[in-house]
Amino acid sequence: MNLLAQWDWYYDGMIMLAGVLCAVAASLPGNFLVLRRISLLGDAVSHAVLPGIAAAFLITHSRSGFAVLPGAVLAGLLTAVLTEWIRDTGKVDEGASMGVAFTTLFALGLVLIVQAADTVDLDPGCVLYGILEATPLETVTVGALEIPRVVLMLGGVVLINAVFIILFFKELLISSFDPGLATTEGFHARILHYLLMVLVAVTAVASFEAAGNILVVAMFIVPPATAMLLTTRLSRMILLSAAIAALSAVLGHVSALTVPALFGFRSTSTAGMMTLCAGLLFFVTALFSPQTGAIVTWARRQRLAWRILSEDLIALLFRLEERTPGQTVLPGTLSRGLLTSLMLTRIAIARQKLRGYVRTSDQGIQLTEAGRQAAAALVRSHRLWENYLVTEGIHVDGIHRQAETLEHFTDRALRDRLQTQGTLADIDPHGSPIPEETIGPSK
Amino acid sequence: MTPATIPLSVQDLTVAWHRKPVIWDVQFDVAPGQLVGIIGPNGAGKSTLLKAIMDLVPRTSGRVEIFGGPWKQNRQRVGYVPQRESVDWDFPVSVLDVVTMGLYGRLGWFRPVRKQHREAAQRALERVGMGALAGRQISQLSGGQQQRTFLARALVQDADLYLMDEPFAAVDAATEQAIVEILREMRAAGKTAVVIHHDLHTVADYFDSVVLLNMRVVAQGATSDVFTRENLERTYGGRLTLLEEATEAMRRRERSL
Repeated sequence: MNLLAQWDWYYDGMIMLAGVLCAVAASLPGNFLVLRRISLLGDAVSHAVLPGIAAAFLITHSRSGFAVLPGAVLAGLLTAVLTEWIRDTGKVDEGASMGVAFTTLFALGLVLIVQAADTVDLDPGCVLYGILEATPLETVTVGALEIPRVVLMLGGVVLINAVFIILFFKELLISSFDPGLATTEGFHARILHYLLMVLVAVTAVASFEAAGNILVVAMFIVPPATAMLLTTRLSRMILLSAAIAALSAVLGHVSALTVPALFGFRSTSTAGMMTLCAGLLFFVTALFSPQTGAIVTWARRQRLAWRILSEDLIALLFRLEERTPGQTVLPGTLSRGLLTSLMLTRIAIARQKLRGYVRTSDQGIQLTEAGRQAAAALVRSHRLWENYLVTEGIHVDGIHRQAETLEHFTDRALRDRLQTQGTLADIDPHGSPIPEETIGPSK
Repeated sequence: MTPATIPLSVQDLTVAWHRKPVIWDVQFDVAPGQLVGIIGPNGAGKSTLLKAIMDLVPRTSGRVEIFGGPWKQNRQRVGYVPQRESVDWDFPVSVLDVVTMGLYGRLGWFRPVRKQHREAAQRALERVGMGALAGRQISQLSGGQQQRTFLARALVQDADLYLMDEPFAAVDAATEQAIVEILREMRAAGKTAVVIHHDLHTVADYFDSVVLLNMRVVAQGATSDVFTRENLERTYGGRLTLLEEATEAMRRRERSL
């Protein structure tokens, strides 16, 4: 079965292009919404433009994007202003005041739109998920080209947003990072805030009938949030977010056609699938991102835990040897001493055997000479730390636990400093001797 | 002394929030080439005072003059160092980017940052001992390094009057020493710094004059004259002052209307 049997390069290409343009247009200003921690204001504004659109419908009886633009921008700005006003006078937090402002405006929009629906061809359902699939149906002629109206309009918005961010990059950066400093340097943070809201409103309106609310709301937030996991530079974050937005749109359209078909259904909502893809890309990034990914972090932590257990093993053997030289120890004794299961202890023993730090026989486990040296360094670190912590005024009862952690992160150079800054004694506060240094001086 | 030579003059400044005064009738002048400490307990309105001087919060009444003129006219001559906690240190920018922001005001709208600006920022970073960290992402900095970054940003501003909000809060000893040295270099160059400060032990060592603030100015003048046990007790006294009682009564009255 050919899943893409109905694929048509012009038809599907135009739907994808409209989706890509909508996603990119929203993701560009979205970066600053995310960085200013006002992500939900994008959501709020794109809902609250509805009464503006409806009012413009009622007055002009036109669905053209250019007719409804001023009304929608006004409504969008009204949300931002109302949010601030409710926050300051209602003594509620930003989230609550936003919730009050945009739900009220959205409801007003719905009331108006039902009225308008009697006179204008307008479907409230479109508001939510749009009709991206209808993109190629309505075209305008530009020169010799016939371009879908939606593509032209969304292309214009991408251009406006990109030019705005390039022109005001420095101003957006400083007012997002440090609004106080921005204002004292003459870039009024509030002016930039409202300019950004205008962009958000324009983007929301332009995307409205093509892609509906769900796609644009998601694309304001999800691609920038994903990009933020991958880079530490603002310019790279913006470019990456646009690329991720475009990728989600393409993947979304292809999956909207193929995934339901796999299970024998008809194709599903394109805008919905694009949004879903953006969400999935975020989760994949959150799990696998090289710096902050959950899986990478987990693996790193696991490796560290193994290293610490293996080191604790030879340190314990060293301490037992101090009491009874030349003795061999059974795994069970070790696992009790390490407060861990017998299985984990055996794995740690196997690791240290592989490194040549312990040897095993029928009688039990014993340190090799190399293992003894490594263990001596650890125990030396531990006892030096205990001495040092006592000089820092920490009570003797608390020092062992801290030293137990610190010993694993202490190299020769740090030990030398600990010795000179500690008590200079050759026994620790519990009376155990501090082993001689066994590792050559650090470079 | 003509007004134009006085870096900062605050007259009858009152700031209220929901009718509750945060600072009340604050009045003081700052002489040029001085390091001035603003001292007072938590909630005394120290940060609000600095913000009100720069029009960052609305004034209820009063006047502020910077070098004899209003703030708007002379803002280029003022450098602001906000509290370290006031910004998001996970923001995706490098140390050098943050320092370069000190030059944005002089650049003005639309003009992009150029090589010479980045070089100026790099020099400022070297002055605070952070030259090697210019390319770091700011989330990797320690508290002391964050504060040095802010200080470098103030340095590139090359202002004549600096307003600093707790630059010494929770920094390591080396950073504290570095900041003090920079402040003294600034003073030697004829600049003035007004610094909110918490550690009473170092006040006499660091500042030429002090303003003791607890909603009102309790005392102000040369550190040797004003920084006395008696004045400190008046500033930090735990008792509810009559003024606070009166305003509280006013607020309750208003609510019951």
